[in-house]
Amino acid sequence: MGLPLGALGLFGEAFQFVFQGREAATGGVTVGGLDQVLELAAKQLEVTLLALLVSLVLALPVGVLLGHYGKGEFVAVSAGNAGRAIPELALIALMAAAVGVGLFNLVVALAILGIPPILTNAFVGIRQVDQVSVEAARGMGMTDREIITKVELPLAVPTIMGGVRTSAINIIATATIAPLAGILTLGDFIISRNVYGDAGVLAGAILVALMALALELTLAGIQWKLTSPGLKIQRT
Amino acid sequence: MSAGPPAQTAQDDDPGDRPSGNQSTATPVKYEEVSKRYPGTDSDAVHELSLEVPAGEICVLVGPSGCGKTTAMRMVNRTVEMTSGDILIGDRSVRQGDAAELRREIGYVIQQIGLFPHRTIAENIGTVPGLLGWSRAEIEQRVEALLKLIDLNPEFGDRYPSQLSGGQQQRVGVARALAVDPPVMLMDEPFGAIDPINRSRLQNEFLRLQAELRKTVLFVTHDVDEAIKMGDRIAILRKGGEVAQFATPTELLMEPADDFVEDFVGADRALKRLALMRVSDASLWKAQICRAGDPTGPVRTDLASAEVPHALLVDAESKPVGWLSERDLAAEQVPARPDSPADPLIDADSILRDGLATLLQSGSRYAPVVDGRGHLTGILSVEIISEFLSSGEATESDLAAVERPHE
Amino acid sequence: MSSWVADGWLADGWLAGAAVSSDFFRDRSGGGCIQENKLFCPDWAINNLDRYSDPTLQHLVLVVSAVAAGFVIAFSLAVLAHRHRFLSSPFLAATGVLYTIPSISFFFLLLPITGRGAVTAIIALTAFTLQIIFRNMTTGLRNVPPEVTEAARGVGLTATQVLWKVEIPLAMPEIIAGLRIATVSTVALATLAVFANGGGLGAEIVTGSNITFKTGIIIAGSIAILMAIVFDALLLLTGRLLAPWKRVAL
Repeated sequence: MGLPLGALGLFGEAFQFVFQGREAATGGVTVGGLDQVLELAAKQLEVTLLALLVSLVLALPVGVLLGHYGKGEFVAVSAGNAGRAIPELALIALMAAAVGVGLFNLVVALAILGIPPILTNAFVGIRQVDQVSVEAARGMGMTDREIITKVELPLAVPTIMGGVRTSAINIIATATIAPLAGILTLGDFIISRNVYGDAGVLAGAILVALMALALELTLAGIQWKLTSPGLKIQRT
Repeated sequence: MSAGPPAQTAQDDDPGDRPSGNQSTATPVKYEEVSKRYPGTDSDAVHELSLEVPAGEICVLVGPSGCGKTTAMRMVNRTVEMTSGDILIGDRSVRQGDAAELRREIGYVIQQIGLFPHRTIAENIGTVPGLLGWSRAEIEQRVEALLKLIDLNPEFGDRYPSQLSGGQQQRVGVARALAVDPPVMLMDEPFGAIDPINRSRLQNEFLRLQAELRKTVLFVTHDVDEAIKMGDRIAILRKGGEVAQFATPTELLMEPADDFVEDFVGADRALKRLALMRVSDASLWKAQICRAGDPTGPVRTDLASAEVPHALLVDAESKPVGWLSERDLAAEQVPARPDSPADPLIDADSILRDGLATLLQSGSRYAPVVDGRGHLTGILSVEIISEFLSSGEATESDLAAVERPHE
Repeated sequence: MSSWVADGWLADGWLAGAAVSSDFFRDRSGGGCIQENKLFCPDWAINNLDRYSDPTLQHLVLVVSAVAAGFVIAFSLAVLAHRHRFLSSPFLAATGVLYTIPSISFFFLLLPITGRGAVTAIIALTAFTLQIIFRNMTTGLRNVPPEVTEAARGVGLTATQVLWKVEIPLAMPEIIAGLRIATVSTVALATLAVFANGGGLGAEIVTGSNITFKTGIIIAGSIAILMAIVFDALLLLTGRLLAPWKRVAL
């Protein structure tokens, strides 16, 4: 359990691990290298986006409809609170042990983590829309569907996207421990230290952090695009 | 039912009832024993209300809070569903068909305005045309026309509501309600959230619009002064949504039906008559006017016998510049810059009450009256107003001859 | 960090402790239930509960240290940002980055600096809580009605007094709300501390996972959830005591 040789040294090794690969901690074979890094990164992105998509498809319509009709506040809000209390590690481990390993089960487990923030924020976002706007829309002859799509959703974009971003961060972070469920993501570098060594662990940590930040930035950009300029002016 | 924009329907031979352009004919609105009881209450919010609003008139529903005036109005576009009775627009019951489709044919303006903050002004105004499936070009054309109508620079079309003042927003709210030229408009305390000065301006503006458009308007307010100013007819409601009196403003002021109405209208009924007349309708004094460079001699001579003891300097377009003092007149020629400015100026379109208020506020006994372009039309004085109040002009028989301001 | 981290049971080496020891299934195990590895074996759970007391305590220390440190830092940042508005955006961005970096990744970014162990885990968890507490507190301070602070200044309170006697008490519901979110999330996240050799309930989960022993995973996971609920309830109560004029929403 020797401490790292020195900060720069280990960072240097991590770079080497990513771009060239290094000898495995167990000796013999070479591990790491750009090919493996890209393969695992692609996998991590794949399970993340799949799980986020499933969460969105399941949670967004429910949250929006509950919010629009003002029903199920307790369910929608408790879901968010309960969701936070679920230990990610236990969920993934139990899913793998009780239901089995594999992509489908992993995506289901990740989606379970992704649903609560989207559901809660969709509900709250729609509820918080200024009722004057809704009343005006109704008085002008908008149907419920038109009120939702033309008034409530555009006005709730910041809150809803806030939920999507929280959800995405939860999912991509948890996808790091996906190797426990038999799907090899970048987390494998971190978890299987006995194979990749400290250089691999640090490389994995850096790559996961960069990936999470990139996802967050992308979603922030999408939110900026989706938010009406009229709302941005108001905020300043 | 789809409405076309004015440009198209102008050439349209279809005589159907599609609202369009300035040719849409207003439609009467008729309440037939309409009642509303909210669930969980044991008395009617509106009780067997019967009322007929003639086409093209403004009918004000006024009363104390809780009298059911807003409920009564909102049953027309079914944002509140009536419990019994019926409301007819023309000869069609509002109960027929889909509520959302009905609402698209009825203009709706609310106190909080309710512009969509995420849509540009143009998009806000084009909301209902969009719902009705007008083409982009048709909507653009209509929006342009409406911005012109409410006297807003076309540039504002691309701005967002938060970039507009409260008064501008309210005008956009009215334009949005007029977008498909609905024959009937509902206005729920539309100027309630606007400061008094702008409110009076917006009221005048709307009356000017209405003189042109002739919509059938149901107008809710709790302010009896506003009711008298805006209404062709006023329905005073008491608790339970019963009509205490349904009459023209003049009748209401002259012959309140009972103590409730008399109380509600207020002890200053006589003063309220000032709301029935426009400044331009009063017999204004003639000012002794002069222009810069005129010799002062003749002006001094004429002043001796004039109604107004001061000469008013006007510019080449006969816009008032200022009052000439003794010192100004002591010179050989009328100076270009007199000692005292012409303020305050009174809008010829404003009602006598507002004119009087302006006079009293400024502390002057008289003030120049100008038309919409700023040209001098006469002088209003405190004497003119007190004469109006004390003379036969304010008696019932004479008032019957005085037409409503928004002619 | 103080000395309690360095010595005793908070020191390195928990992962070894998490390995399956030979007496994992002692004769007091649930027999058939264990052989068949059913979803949950109540008998085994009852007989082996003592096994979870140490991990639970470790978990508790991780959570309390991280949230306490996070609170102190975020609180100071929020007060600073409240005094100097221009600091608000950079603070929000910086805490946002720390929030976004997955904790498990954060543990190992610290590897070259702090090595493995509870301290590393606590630092990463602290970093995670900052944004939640900071954001809630700034919102709370901003939502204090201006007429109230105006009145406070009017009766002669200094800026510091206004902050401590008026603004912070009035922002208390939002501050507590932020603490609740941060604490509950941290209880769940702290299960990952096992990867940094930080101990806690995660060690039991990993053990259970390694031998696909579902009962073990469920017990450890349930203790974590229970701990989150208890913390949440305690903070809710604290909020009601500190802001009795306002019912803190469930």
